[in-house]
Amino acid sequence: MGESDYSFSLTTFSPSGKLIQIEYALSRVGKGDTSLAVKAKNGVVLATEKKVHSLVDETSVQKISYITNNIAVTYSGMAPDSRVLIRKGRKKAQKYFRTYHDPIPVAQLVKELAGVMQEFTQSGGVRPFGVSLLIAGYDDQGPQLYQVDPSGSYWAWKASAIGKNTVNAKTFLEKRYKEDMELEDAIHNAILTLKEGFEGEMNENNIEIGIIGEDRKFRTLTPSQVKDYLGELE
Amino acid sequence: MSILEYNGGACLAMVGKGCVAVASDLRFGAQATTIATNMPKVHRINDKCFVGLAGLTSDNQTILNKILFRTKLYSLREEREIKPSVLSNLISTMLYEKRFGPYYVEPLVCGLEGPEDKPFISAMDLIGAPLLAEDFVLIGSTVTEALFGICESLYRPNLEPEELFEIISQCLLAGVDRDALSGWGAVVHIITKDKVVSRTLRGRQD
Repeated sequence: MGESDYSFSLTTFSPSGKLIQIEYALSRVGKGDTSLAVKAKNGVVLATEKKVHSLVDETSVQKISYITNNIAVTYSGMAPDSRVLIRKGRKKAQKYFRTYHDPIPVAQLVKELAGVMQEFTQSGGVRPFGVSLLIAGYDDQGPQLYQVDPSGSYWAWKASAIGKNTVNAKTFLEKRYKEDMELEDAIHNAILTLKEGFEGEMNENNIEIGIIGEDRKFRTLTPSQVKDYLGELE
Repeated sequence: MSILEYNGGACLAMVGKGCVAVASDLRFGAQATTIATNMPKVHRINDKCFVGLAGLTSDNQTILNKILFRTKLYSLREEREIKPSVLSNLISTMLYEKRFGPYYVEPLVCGLEGPEDKPFISAMDLIGAPLLAEDFVLIGSTVTEALFGICESLYRPNLEPEELFEIISQCLLAGVDRDALSGWGAVVHIITKDKVVSRTLRGRQD
């Protein structure tokens, strides 16, 4: 019996101990536009490709979304699946606030979303989410960055990349990462890494950058601000 | 007689300089009968967070168990201790969930929070309406008039822990002496950033 004989069912392990549907979900993620993130000692930056057809209004596309004021997320993979998760994440964050009147810690939000993604790997009649998420935030524990995969596994990263260019981007980031990097350096490195794997010309309209600093307010950079950073690269 | 007055009992919390004090009487009774004289109404959640419960003893015990359940899970999940202000909101939410069939409890939350160990006190009614005060809070529907009077007179802000102990003890003992359903001694906890000092007082044994 080959592995492929078990690939039809999400809820059946293959002989080698894999859930093939999750592997396939990861392949889908691997076809998505690259997203990456870098954690600095005083903040986190999220950067993502935003490749759309030339006739699409790129200002209406939002790849970096807020879960709360101080937690944001980007994804690689299927946009509709990401929207479901973002919606659930927002609701869970508000529910937490409703009970405790205290903002949800990043780690708690990540655990909740990872839990949701895991549920969809162990239920009948559903499929795994076709996205990996990069969740960045700043709370009492400081700046944090997490990656969540379709299986529901999550890790805290110092810097990570998901999507098409994940291998090369991670190698590039590994070389350039320093423990005590400042946020400005992190932004610089993030853009450089994104440029490394970018097919075609990178400009302020086909990438999206979001940052959070010690003020704990996440903000997405406007195209003109992105243009300034791109200008500094030259 | 209101159901909140069935068991009697009183609990009081005061803010001092870098400290909070919380005290309760020790009586447990069923209307006029005194059943026990060693039942404090203040419970430790963590070293910097205490909860006081007055009202119907039966509901006090239930709600205390629910609070301990939630706070223990919180510590396990969040890998940190719950702050008094957060606990206050949690209890408020828990009580309001039973808005149309409430728990007959009046909770009080007190402690120190934040990197500077800032004092925090709050009290609520039986459906969770919170009262955040800067000076003192008290619960126990049978003693409110007596305790309010004496606390307003004796309290001053920025008392050191030892002075605060004297003031809160005098206030509580004098207040419960005016109430038939509270008394039989008192227990006082003084919470500072380094330690909690607990003392049991012998008051009028009637």
